[in-house]
Amino acid sequence: MSAMSVLAPISGRRRRKDKVARALLLTATLIALVPLVLVIYYLLKRGLGAISWHFFTSDPTGAFIGDPGGIKSAILGTIEMVALATLISVPIGIGVALYLVEYGRDSKFASVVRYFVDVMTGVPSIVFGLFVYIVLVIGSLGSGYAAWKGAIALSLLMLPVITRSSEVVLLLVPDSLREAALALGAPRWRIVFRIVLPSALPGLVTGSLLAVARAAGETAPLLFTAAIVFGTSFNLSDRMNSMPIQIFNDVGQASDVLVQRAWGAALTLVVMVLLLTLVARLVARRSRFT
Amino acid sequence: MSPEPVRSREQQRATRAEPAPNGSAAPKAEPRAPRATAGSDGRTVRLEGLRAFYGDAEAVKGVSLEYEANRVTAMIGPSGCGKSTLVRCINRMHEEIPGAHAEGTVRLDDADIYDEAVDVVAVRRVVGMVFQKPNPFPTMSIFDNVAAGLRLTGRRGGDLKERVERSLRGAGLWEEVKDRLNSPGIGLSGGQQQRLCIARTIAVEPEVILMDEPCSALDPVATLKIEELIDELKRDYTIVIVTHNMQQAARVADKTAFMLSGELVEFAETHTIFTNPSDSRTEEYVTGKFG
Repeated sequence: MSAMSVLAPISGRRRRKDKVARALLLTATLIALVPLVLVIYYLLKRGLGAISWHFFTSDPTGAFIGDPGGIKSAILGTIEMVALATLISVPIGIGVALYLVEYGRDSKFASVVRYFVDVMTGVPSIVFGLFVYIVLVIGSLGSGYAAWKGAIALSLLMLPVITRSSEVVLLLVPDSLREAALALGAPRWRIVFRIVLPSALPGLVTGSLLAVARAAGETAPLLFTAAIVFGTSFNLSDRMNSMPIQIFNDVGQASDVLVQRAWGAALTLVVMVLLLTLVARLVARRSRFT
Repeated sequence: MSPEPVRSREQQRATRAEPAPNGSAAPKAEPRAPRATAGSDGRTVRLEGLRAFYGDAEAVKGVSLEYEANRVTAMIGPSGCGKSTLVRCINRMHEEIPGAHAEGTVRLDDADIYDEAVDVVAVRRVVGMVFQKPNPFPTMSIFDNVAAGLRLTGRRGGDLKERVERSLRGAGLWEEVKDRLNSPGIGLSGGQQQRLCIARTIAVEPEVILMDEPCSALDPVATLKIEELIDELKRDYTIVIVTHNMQQAARVADKTAFMLSGELVEFAETHTIFTNPSDSRTEEYVTGKFG
């Protein structure tokens, strides 16, 4: 009898509370899913119609009536500018993270840097666009729109994301490995290149790819830096088209065909980002430390 | 120990780096210069008033003692007595901990490794270290783990394969891994990993090997192998081993030092420490009254 009282069943009150709490959390989850599902639904419904071979292989014509052309220049422009932005921001971002983890550690300077990196993460992307506009587009340093200026705006956006994610990953590399290498008489730079970076590589790639995915969809940094053109360009000093700008431009047009092209481009962009995220996850799975 | 193919000492010596020069100059190794003198391969390590700090806390309070060449010296004492810290001062790993520093003198033969002119990196090439937890490099194969010591210290040339084989033989691991040198080092068992770490350490051809509780993460069989290995290694190296296990100290060490609260209580032949200690605290510790 006394054992029964110790092992009493859950009271009705607690059972009811548990049910209510579970129901609330489930509702919140479902509400969060609604817009996601709707976004995908509308993207497919309105975008699929625009997709065709012609859509991917022709540049926008700029014509209101007749063939509006595809989004080739936008896809290539986005790839070119994001690639350049990645080339700029990944080495610098990982470099800053390496400094913070391997050298700065708990120094005053390092914590100031960390703070500013956090602030930069929160800066709206349009601010980076404006900054590059003021300094490089209308400033004394240069004039006119150019793809490389857009890439710089994008890299400013990517830099804090890469720095933060890299720092986390580098911190996961066990100190015992650094100690082992130090005790062998290895100089620190060799430890960084031969032990720390290879150990952290999967995580570094994942963090960088997520930053790339984010940059690929940004409109604001490109709006006043790379501007909009119709034709495909491989010259980074020229104006260059990009997916977000193309969408931004098309969706406001008074032509159904152009609006449909915007949806088609949006769908393409989402699929591109999805693929990047997928690759990032696959690489992350190879990570040795979690 | 199973009859490991014997590693010739002449061969060892021929490729051994130039010993640290005497005096206060850096014990920088001249790669592969022939050894000038025959005789013992290990070096004497002498601590003179060594003190070690974590911030303001003094963990080692002025210890003086001499580790003889080609002998195994065990450091025993209860947790927190400073024995690990002391050993980490001998290859200047202690100062890698933020806020930590050491004072006093550590002489390798006659050179003071704390001399301002001395390159820390050079010290660690002469004084190798094996850690408590086996720590092979996870991204590297068995072969690369051993070669890492050479690659990380920027030594090229020579026959890498031959040196890796010699180091693995020296660590008593060759027969077990010779057919899978390219498989990852972390795929080995704990005891094998520890011997891999020893192979990595001796690949750099140090003069002194510090072992910080090398068997505490291993099972008794693996422990026995490491202990047999230590007995072999002392022909070529001066060995300092920190251990929590008094039986282990009794089995492997020629001399034993007992530490308590950062001070050296007693330092003598192992036999003396365990059977006829002169200090009552040593006796209490080795008979299991505390610690």
